Amino acid sequence: MEMGAGRPPRLELCGITKRFPGVVANDSVDLTVRPGEIHALLGENGAGKSTLVKILYGVLRPDAGEIRFEGRPVVIRSPHDARRLGIGMVFQHFTLFEALDVAENIALGLEWWPGRRELARRLAQLAERYGLELDLARTVHDLSAGERQRIEILRCLLQEPKLLVLDEPTSVLTPQEADRLFVTLRRLAAEGRSILYISHRLEEVVELCHRATVLRAGRVVATVDPRAETPASLARLMVGDDVREPERRHPDLEAAPVRLRAHALSLPPDRPHAVALEEISLELRAGEILGIAGVAGNGQRELVEALAGERLLPQAGMLELMGEPVGRLGPAARRRLGLAVLPEERLGHAAVGAMDLVDNTLLTAWPQPGMVRHGTIRRRQVAALAATVVERFRVRTPGLEVPAAALSGGNLQRFVVGREIAQKPKVLVVDQPTWGVDAGAAAAIHRALVALAEEGAAVLLVSQDLDEILRFCDRVAVLYRGRLSAPMPVGEVTLERLGLLMGGAGFGTVRAETVS
Amino acid sequence: MSGWVVERRPQPSRLWRWAAPPVALLATLAAGLVLFALLGHDPGAALTAYFITPVASLYGLGELGVKATPLVLIATGLALGFRAGVWNIGAEGQLIMGAIGAGLVALASWGLEGSWIFPTMLLAGTAFGILWALVPAELRVRLGVNEILVSLMLVYVADLLLKALVFGPLKDPEGFGFPQSRLFEEPALAPVILAGTRLHVGALFALLAVALAWWFTARTLQGFAWRVEGLAPRAARYAGFAEGRIVRYAFILSGGLAGLAGALEVAGPIGQLLPSVSPGYGFTAIIVAFLGRLHPLGVLLAGLVVALSYIGGENAQIEVGLPEAVTGVFQGLLLFFLLAAEFLVHYRIRRRERPPAPASSPNTAR
Repeated sequence: MEMGAGRPPRLELCGITKRFPGVVANDSVDLTVRPGEIHALLGENGAGKSTLVKILYGVLRPDAGEIRFEGRPVVIRSPHDARRLGIGMVFQHFTLFEALDVAENIALGLEWWPGRRELARRLAQLAERYGLELDLARTVHDLSAGERQRIEILRCLLQEPKLLVLDEPTSVLTPQEADRLFVTLRRLAAEGRSILYISHRLEEVVELCHRATVLRAGRVVATVDPRAETPASLARLMVGDDVREPERRHPDLEAAPVRLRAHALSLPPDRPHAVALEEISLELRAGEILGIAGVAGNGQRELVEALAGERLLPQAGMLELMGEPVGRLGPAARRRLGLAVLPEERLGHAAVGAMDLVDNTLLTAWPQPGMVRHGTIRRRQVAALAATVVERFRVRTPGLEVPAAALSGGNLQRFVVGREIAQKPKVLVVDQPTWGVDAGAAAAIHRALVALAEEGAAVLLVSQDLDEILRFCDRVAVLYRGRLSAPMPVGEVTLERLGLLMGGAGFGTVRAETVS
Repeated sequence: MSGWVVERRPQPSRLWRWAAPPVALLATLAAGLVLFALLGHDPGAALTAYFITPVASLYGLGELGVKATPLVLIATGLALGFRAGVWNIGAEGQLIMGAIGAGLVALASWGLEGSWIFPTMLLAGTAFGILWALVPAELRVRLGVNEILVSLMLVYVADLLLKALVFGPLKDPEGFGFPQSRLFEEPALAPVILAGTRLHVGALFALLAVALAWWFTARTLQGFAWRVEGLAPRAARYAGFAEGRIVRYAFILSGGLAGLAGALEVAGPIGQLLPSVSPGYGFTAIIVAFLGRLHPLGVLLAGLVVALSYIGGENAQIEVGLPEAVTGVFQGLLLFFLLAAEFLVHYRIRRRERPPAPASSPNTAR
């Protein structure tokens, strides 16, 4: 190939094998990354990508196989070893301390301490270069997923790595930010650095990467040039059969009844650094899928909590469900009126990791008739519903009595989405339903959402994935600093216009701070 | 760097979850043997005096029940609360208040006849326990005050209140100035349910509490809500389970049961108000709750084991001349070993395979 000819590869993995009780996570994996190459690592959740990456970063040790770095065999015993070799890592699951602030978290990942002022200076430089803005004094606890990822990326770039491993880096960026990141990555590659790029967004891989290695069930099934492939062909390699995404035909919504109406919905923040919701108005009609786009941390979480009833609104009339004011009703009462909500965080919010699938079904199904009688749980009925969800949404699980935390991300997401849809909601609010799930699960979730809307339910899809919004939504509105733009039909909106709105253009000047 | 490594298990071990308490118990016994030997006693005789002799008679078994009753009653309530993430550490204070409530009824009705007296004492004791527990509950729900500190500090307030009463207004007028109340009369005493022992009706309450607690946890929606609250508070809020309500009721339940236990103590084995009405049952019940895995049936078994450590300690003092502190040492050892064994639920110790060759020192150009 054209890159790095004559020089030894930056990284060679030869016959890497790693077994866990019951599974072979990596089965004789061979992988070569050349200097200056952007190399994609593809595979469904559970295909063995994370294991391979952890081996590369010294978190796990292979049972067999050899790692060569710049032509020499090396043993990577710890992340410290990996960093000394020049391997930088942005993990998919953030490795941050919630109680510490941004600067402290970045300092913890460094091998040296440049001093807070010097660090701030260098970070500011990097932030400008790569468009990753961050307030160093904020506590990680209060940051959104997107902002947390920016810390990880910056932390890595500070170390000027020879090989940079990125796990789903763009999932929380605006298209403009992602484009800027691609420019950065290309620049890094042009400097001779290598990049191992893990993403579920196959469009990105086709656009950005020079080569791609595809894993399925722990084995390498193909190494291809993605520039000669299509997203669909890559997806086929990953899952082994066709990933069927649904078609969305925009229905005529003029006559459809309004199912959910927010009327100047405002809610002050309930903790430091939370976003205040300011006069959000929207109408969601039966049969419609309305997309809420926006960069992470602009009030998505607050909006979803307010709609769910996790936080009550100051006035009942700020939110109407099926024509009734519900702003002062709790989650259960709203569910009984036909609302279902699925928050972004799967474990600890949408599901309880330590509880089995039957209990996790009960978690949101209990207000439905038949689940509870005189205060006692009718476990058989709940289990029947759980079994329906598992079967209908093809949740891969050894049984219903398995703790939710034991399911892979994609399977758990199938389960929680299925749990909500199986309750036949009249209004469904979902936040980031396909974040970090494999292509197969994402397609299944999209099919379910589209089918639900076709049956006449109203769907509110909060997502940072603009492809997802533009493909499946009828209208889209942008959330920026707690304010919502007017909804636009997706047919009349461009990616560029959305990106500008997501960056705050078009929201007018930021109003002067009110009384503090 | 060869040797043993400790690593996190991919999933918590089911085996160790259940094996930890018995293993801790065995380790405690082993440590006890060493301890007795070091103290210069025959370990065999000391252990016999500690663990066998006390329960070798019907009377001894009755005593076991007498000690286990308050422990099981209190620990059952605490275990339910702990599972909901509600940390009532002040059951000892709620027990003392329960004793005061029951004692006030008994002394106010002194000289009267009537089958209403004993039940009224139990109700008063329970109510006093609940009122004492509602202080930390309301402070947490309304103001976000840490319930651990408040409930714990109220123990000392209750203790001093009891002493003030017994040294003052409730002192026995014919008691030669000793700080104790009149002896309760027959209608104010807990009926004995096993002739020839001191085992009283409270033991039945304890069994009933265990059964109801099991049913509540396993079968009711509220029990489910409490478990969700303890495991994932955000998920509880999402599901529509109100945190404030759960905190209040967890305190009402655990405080009420502790108050009931206090009432039964003064109406049962003690029979009057004394400056001290409990050898720390309210605190020991915390050990019992965790030793029993916060499960009602486990609490019942753990309550019996810990009760044995109380009466065994007394017996060993008398028969072998072991120091009084040995009871506390045993309970401490038990908790220590339990926490140590707990570690093996989440971690395992494994022999490290031969270390591979060291990394060739890479050139770090930067």
